[in-house]
Amino acid sequence: MTTSELTLPQARKEGRRSRRVMGAGKQLHAGPVTYLVLAVFALVSLAPLVWTAIAASRTDRRLAETPPPLWFGGNLFKNMQTAWDEAGLGTAMLNSVIVAGAITISTVLFSTLAGFAFAKLRFKFSGFLLLLTIGTMMIPPQLAVVPLYLWMADLGWSNQLQTVILPTLVTAFGTFFMRQYLVQALPTELIEAARVDGASSIRVVWHVVFPAARPAMAVLGLLTFVFAWNDFLWPIIALNQQNPTVQVALNSLGTGYVPDQAVIMAGALLGTLPLLIAFILFGKQIVGGIMQGAIKG
Amino acid sequence: MTSPKQALAHPASSVEAAPGSQPGAARGADGRGTPPEGKGPWRSRLYRWDMKASPYVFIAPFFVIFGAFSLVPLLYTAWYSLHDVQLSSLDTQTWAGLDNYKNLLSSDFFWNALKNTFTIGLISTVPQLMAAIGLAHMLNYRLRGSTVWRVVMLTPYATSVAAATLVFTLLYSWDGGMVNWLLDFVGIDPINWRESDWGSQFAVSSIVIWRWTGYNALIYLAAMQAIPADLYESAAIDGANRWQQFLHVTVPQLRPTILFTVVVSTIGATQLFGEPLLFGGVSGSKGGSEHQYQTLGLYMYDQGWIIGNLGKASAIAWSMFLILLIIAAINLLVTRRLRKSQ
Repeated sequence: MTTSELTLPQARKEGRRSRRVMGAGKQLHAGPVTYLVLAVFALVSLAPLVWTAIAASRTDRRLAETPPPLWFGGNLFKNMQTAWDEAGLGTAMLNSVIVAGAITISTVLFSTLAGFAFAKLRFKFSGFLLLLTIGTMMIPPQLAVVPLYLWMADLGWSNQLQTVILPTLVTAFGTFFMRQYLVQALPTELIEAARVDGASSIRVVWHVVFPAARPAMAVLGLLTFVFAWNDFLWPIIALNQQNPTVQVALNSLGTGYVPDQAVIMAGALLGTLPLLIAFILFGKQIVGGIMQGAIKG
Repeated sequence: MTSPKQALAHPASSVEAAPGSQPGAARGADGRGTPPEGKGPWRSRLYRWDMKASPYVFIAPFFVIFGAFSLVPLLYTAWYSLHDVQLSSLDTQTWAGLDNYKNLLSSDFFWNALKNTFTIGLISTVPQLMAAIGLAHMLNYRLRGSTVWRVVMLTPYATSVAAATLVFTLLYSWDGGMVNWLLDFVGIDPINWRESDWGSQFAVSSIVIWRWTGYNALIYLAAMQAIPADLYESAAIDGANRWQQFLHVTVPQLRPTILFTVVVSTIGATQLFGEPLLFGGVSGSKGGSEHQYQTLGLYMYDQGWIIGNLGKASAIAWSMFLILLIIAAINLLVTRRLRKSQ
């Protein structure tokens, strides 16, 4: 899918909205003070990441000295190599790609189906079920981990990837997100027309719903991937260093008994790199998705 | 479809608004279409069945997954919280009644964790949301490269809890730490961020603030863009300057969104776990030598998987849930009152 395709509906919507409503600032050009304050915010946002790379290129001993290093040293690749070998980051990366990839595909698919049902189909208790779906977002993951841990041990699944994939195959957030999008983006007449032609539900989903939902599915996919890549609580309980995801590997790097700070920083950098690349490529879409998830209804 | 005021970030209200304001959608494809004639009664019966069943088939995956991996475990957690369940002997689970809860209520560590969760929640949420509103206000100006600014503000969100905490732990370290070095420039004595009470709680909070301010700013920005321009125009005619417009137009219009972000941040703060765990290093689950930053989430992990008392861990989990339910009830009351006053 191309980038222009992704942004199209949003751009259209924004254009329409800007004629009707406009925030105060929209007409006002930002002055130098605004740019200055924004630059400070940007510096605070980016500096820790840049400094991670600087620290990753130094030695542990140098990091304990004052003043802290402000420019790159020559050990970046050596430290990355050590982090890769010691923390099993190779396995971890592969596992995280499998876990986050499976969760993303399944969440997007199932959320689109459920979102479509809530947006456009009439059935008993639909209003109540939608409220229930939203309500489930309030339940902390802590409420599930003890039984899940015991069951997975019973099944002999300890330390296997399906333990962290299965519980997140579809999310309430994804369902609500797709519902909000499809309410507006999917013309009801299209579905009716397909129905009049005698199309089955599967055909309607395939030929009408999926094409209309594609931009939002792409954005939800990005958001879900970020979430799944960074998920922490359940993975560190369910998995261990023998078969880690990236977050589990970083956790054992950080709590290791021989901490080499430069190597730890190299590991943190490596584990974040895939998402940073995703943000550089699709930042605009991710920003749009978060803003879109916040409004409308 | 909805008025801009209703369109603000507020899932609950938008759901309620949806059925009434979407006559087209509600009428939707609910089986009024007639199947083509001449294909036999069997075919049309199948078609009608398809119409009836398909909505339930479409929502089934969510409810099956939710049931199996959230609802049933939630009830089991309650069951385990009434039992003595030890990690070392999982096969013998004996009835313990309310012992786990009594144990908690008489434990200083539980009250300490509750207090820490509250304190860290407060000092991470309040400055974060205030900064986010200010940031959103600035992002709402006509900016050169507005998309780049937005993406930059969101980059901390791409950093995982684990990666961010590892970096911040180093920034806050005693030997050669960046923060103390910078403070030295302003003439402030070095602070022991790992050991001191408020220092460590502030450090843990700052990780949360760093990761979430940009995200919340985008949510406020979306809501700000939905505020009708004429509200500002009439305020300007009344002689309000930019700052007064911000205070008397923007902030009141954002009220539902603010409430929404407060609720979401509160839920997040109640389960805070990864940041204090990794900030503590080798013995992370204790939350510092004096348990200065041991939160409820961390206390639960410590009791369940480090000490190995899963029954007690279950009781801690349910205490967290009860706290959230109380917060939800308060939120409902506030929302009701807000709506009445409007």
